Amino acid sequence: MKRMVLRIRLTLLAAVICPLLMVMLLGCARGDVHVGVDGARERLRVATTTSMYDTGLWEVIEARYEQQYGIRLDVVYAGTGIALEYGRRGDVDVIAVHDKVREEQFIAEGYGIERVPFAYNYFVIVGPGDDPAGLADLQPEQAFTRLYQSQRVPFISRGDDSGTHVKEKAIWKAAGLDYEEVRTSGAWYIERGGGMGPTLLMAAEKQAYALSDIGTFLAYQGDTGLITLVEKDSIMLNVYSAIVIPPEITSAARYDRAQTLIDFLVSPEVQELIGEYGTKDFGRPLFAPCAGAEPKS
Amino acid sequence: MTLWQGLTRAFELLITFDGEVMGIAGRSLAISITSMLIAAAVCIPAACLIHFGRVPGKRWLIALIQTLYSVPTVLVGLLVFLSFSRAGPLGNLSLMFTPELMVIGQAVLISPIMLGLVISGLAGTDRRLKQTAVSLGASHVQAAILVTREARYAVLTAMTMAFGRAISEVGLALMVGGNIRGYTRTLTTAISLETAKGDVELSIALGLILLFVALVVNIVMNRFQQRRVDASS
Repeated sequence: MKRMVLRIRLTLLAAVICPLLMVMLLGCARGDVHVGVDGARERLRVATTTSMYDTGLWEVIEARYEQQYGIRLDVVYAGTGIALEYGRRGDVDVIAVHDKVREEQFIAEGYGIERVPFAYNYFVIVGPGDDPAGLADLQPEQAFTRLYQSQRVPFISRGDDSGTHVKEKAIWKAAGLDYEEVRTSGAWYIERGGGMGPTLLMAAEKQAYALSDIGTFLAYQGDTGLITLVEKDSIMLNVYSAIVIPPEITSAARYDRAQTLIDFLVSPEVQELIGEYGTKDFGRPLFAPCAGAEPKS
Repeated sequence: MTLWQGLTRAFELLITFDGEVMGIAGRSLAISITSMLIAAAVCIPAACLIHFGRVPGKRWLIALIQTLYSVPTVLVGLLVFLSFSRAGPLGNLSLMFTPELMVIGQAVLISPIMLGLVISGLAGTDRRLKQTAVSLGASHVQAAILVTREARYAVLTAMTMAFGRAISEVGLALMVGGNIRGYTRTLTTAISLETAKGDVELSIALGLILLFVALVVNIVMNRFQQRRVDASS
């Protein structure tokens, strides 16, 4: 019995030590940023879109911001729909998303104060090199109409309520088609339910068409071999903006910290960085800067 | 060839002690072990209560626990998210997107397995053991401890299984942890991320590292089991 009691004591001890060990491990495990216990450092939580991750832009911004402000950025990558939900629930302090209509609605509902555009680019319709549906150089609406009529060549939709998915629905609507009807019209319409990168990889796999932001497309072009068929039309404009969640939902301290990220995003250095990002790897920039103002299409 | 490349990459990352990968592996291990120990601390006594106590509808309760073995990780993730999100009932704790919440979530996730396997382990011991102990003057708690000790293999198996489920799950970790680099990114969330990015080699490497971590844990637990056998003989 004595040995048993001892063993129980040991187990209890382990139950105390292990969480401590965990905290230490977690503290040290972030060697990429700093060494030491993390509690001393302030944190800021951001939800941003998968395109910001897939292009690698946000990682560059994150590293610079952390260095300059000494605040640790916790970044959750999620489609615009989920990012807005995290913001609504107060689980993040800032969201950086790309869906103007829903952003304005979000602000009107009181979940944000101001929408600050900081970068933009264009959506593109991409597809296999031999372009089996013959979409090259059509208007976006015409291209979608042709895809729907052919009912033969697969189209991969994000299907996740992301900014890109919402844009896709807007184009179907502009083409005079009912989205529900398109969605359920046959096996050619595939709902991926995932990020932009995975969607492009699937399009390559199935030799299918897809709607993508140009940034993610260029970042994945090497892996997919897909080409752009329709680009640069006013409906294809893609604006990324940041919204700070109000202090009543998060806290005054978090709100103030979040403001520094907004200032940082529209600062001349970061705007210059955004305008140049990708030139070295892809031969052309992935984004254009738009310092706090709505870009003109 | 990709598999081979993944293998060499895993080896490379392991022997060079790659900082980020070691951080991710250490975090995975720490989170899963902590959640396993917490679940054990709660479930082993609870299993004794259910097994030895007079619980109404015991058979149904056990069937329910066994059904919960197959609870989807994302469902537990969703429930934990709804409870701990700032707008939820426990939102004031500010635990969303932290490793602490991942531990809580995993502990909830693996509790049914732990509970169920310990109960069946206790049921597998000789009934006369408890009767004899009680007739020799042991209290109910002492008798329960004795029987639990007799069922130690089953208890350790339960802990191993629970650890396995915790370290290998991805749905809950993604949902409540958010896969934040250097904070809540674990081996499984990193694998799903790298695969999505198309870096298959690194995914394979991380997967092999996960198995390696599990191997080490199992060796340690096995040793523990061996020593117990030696000590009791």
